[in-house]
Amino acid sequence: MDIKNLEKEQNEGIESLPSDERRKFLQMGLAVTGVFLGGTLLSLTSVSTAKGRNADPAIPADGQYPYTKHYGMIMRQNHCVGCEKCMDACVETNNVQIGHGAWRTTIQERLTPLDSGREKREFRPILCNQCNRPPCVRVCPTKATYKDPETGIIVMDDKKCIGCKTCMAACPYNARYYSHAKHAIDKCNFCIDTLLAAGEKQTACVTSCPAHVRVFGDLKDTSSEIYKLLHKPDNKIWVIRPDCGALPNVFYMNA
Amino acid sequence: MANNSLTKIFSQTEDTRLATPGINWAMLIFLIISIVGLGLGASSFIVGHEAVYNNTREVPWGLIIATYAFWAITSTGLCIYAAISHLFGGTRMAIVSNRMVWMSIICIMAAFATIGVEIASPHTMIIYNILSPNLTSNIWWMGTLYGIAVGCMILEFFGLIKGFARFAVVFGTIAAIAEVFANSCLGGVFATLPAKPFWYGGQLPIYFLTAAFLSGAAATILFNYLAYKIRGVEMSAAVKSAMHSAGKAMTLVLILYSVATFWRLIMFFVGGTELGRIAAEALITGPLSFFFWFLEIGIGLLIPMILIIIFRLQNVAIMATAGFLILVGQFFARYNMVAAGLLVPGTPGWDNAPTYLDYVPSLIEWAVIVGSIAVVCLGFLIGERVFGKIFDQKEHH
Ligand code: SF4
Ligand code: SF4
Repeated sequence: MDIKNLEKEQNEGIESLPSDERRKFLQMGLAVTGVFLGGTLLSLTSVSTAKGRNADPAIPADGQYPYTKHYGMIMRQNHCVGCEKCMDACVETNNVQIGHGAWRTTIQERLTPLDSGREKREFRPILCNQCNRPPCVRVCPTKATYKDPETGIIVMDDKKCIGCKTCMAACPYNARYYSHAKHAIDKCNFCIDTLLAAGEKQTACVTSCPAHVRVFGDLKDTSSEIYKLLHKPDNKIWVIRPDCGALPNVFYMNA
Repeated sequence: MANNSLTKIFSQTEDTRLATPGINWAMLIFLIISIVGLGLGASSFIVGHEAVYNNTREVPWGLIIATYAFWAITSTGLCIYAAISHLFGGTRMAIVSNRMVWMSIICIMAAFATIGVEIASPHTMIIYNILSPNLTSNIWWMGTLYGIAVGCMILEFFGLIKGFARFAVVFGTIAAIAEVFANSCLGGVFATLPAKPFWYGGQLPIYFLTAAFLSGAAATILFNYLAYKIRGVEMSAAVKSAMHSAGKAMTLVLILYSVATFWRLIMFFVGGTELGRIAAEALITGPLSFFFWFLEIGIGLLIPMILIIIFRLQNVAIMATAGFLILVGQFFARYNMVAAGLLVPGTPGWDNAPTYLDYVPSLIEWAVIVGSIAVVCLGFLIGERVFGKIFDQKEHH
């Protein structure tokens, strides 16, 4: 997907949905489940039972979320300057043993040649998308990785991990790595066992970001910033690799 | 007492012609190679996988998983042919089906040994596969079904030794069914991952089953040929005719498999996703092209095909050569399939990622593979030495 063109594009928004669907969305309030993107409806707040990217009746109405909270993150991608402070904060908070490609969140970089002969440099933070239809959870033989019913966060039960690495192959977002220290897979869990467990409301990467790129919160909470950004009518939202059907809860926008 | 009865059984099944120093030495050497090879792999439990294997977070699997798949697929093939012979009788291959059951057990043991040093915590697997099963997981089904299959095959083999024909047929049939489903789940491990378009789709499980029929026939011919070679005796006419039947099966499946390989690759160039195409190009012009054109296609499909066409299945030695080449090709086919799917970065364009990620198997990975081959060679010799008498039956029950 060409980000340059994307910026120029008009948001098709929910206006271009068939009126029936639109009415349903508006009634649902929170569960406005998508925007048209190149003819595809991206599911925004879908749950594990959602059929996905189509405006179909299987998309659950408000109040049908199986999780007590439904945590997600939105990245204001064009604000990222690639300072990697989020990575440092994550390593420190979650005791990530760096080396051998160990990270829970990282910053991807892309150089695009411009007509002027210069290059455009973009940064993109990535981390576990806490998918609603998580391939990693489906493939795990021992339920060592599962979706926490309280928060919708994909967590690990280290003692059950056999280290088969199938989840690593299955994850479309390269979000998992094997930790020899833990004898288990390690991955981003939105600081559930560190900051959230201590009563904090934000993750380490969010608070450390000087450019306010990352917005974390409960997708069910209509007063949250993430909710407002996701449902702002003219906001163009996208997810990475929607083709995999994993229904991510990490969204991207340019602000 | 138990010892006595075992000795009694063995005295009825053993082939004393093979009680030679040469065979003993060969067994010892294979034993040492398998211990060293697999032991080097097992060192990963102490020093960490990342220290001995060249896998990374982007390329979590490689040569070892491919080898596991190769042995598991070969085991399935052998088990199915043996079960068909036992169940329906009357097939010419029935005369050597006991040997096929044994070698199927040995191949699955080699597969288990290989994956045993690939999985980071195999002891955890034994506990939590039972305590915390995930029924949507292909890996869970695959492990469980192969476990059932090997258990049933051991019972079947016991039945064959003791002459409990019906008992053997029942367990042989259950084993074959379990092997087919396990093989299918093995294909499914790869086929159900949309993150890897090169694997994703309904074709792969049937492709794996076709591969099982191909490898199984090739292995049948090769092992039987070797069994006579080490004894220095001529095959009887009945065994020759069994080889001829296996050769026909091998030829037929070779054609089917080649057609499937062709279409599977073409598909990536007529549409579909970019990632699938880049992976396919890894085989055709990219980093895997030598393995693909020379080893998988040339050695593994074309030369055997030519040998079969020229010699028309008349000469067992030539057929065994073709079978051996097919097995070599199948081995690299498994590797190419695994590697091509993983070498392509998931988000191309970002991170100035190269078109293909860097993965070259480490020496220790190769050592594990050599170790697994030694397990099969050792198992073959043990089988011939200890159970040789029941491997070629004059008359099938
Ligand atoms: S991003 Fe990867 S690790 Fe995270 S939930 Fe999705 S599939 Fe699992
Ligand atoms: S590596 Fe661990 S968490 Fe991942 S699929 Fe295997 S057992 Fe599950």
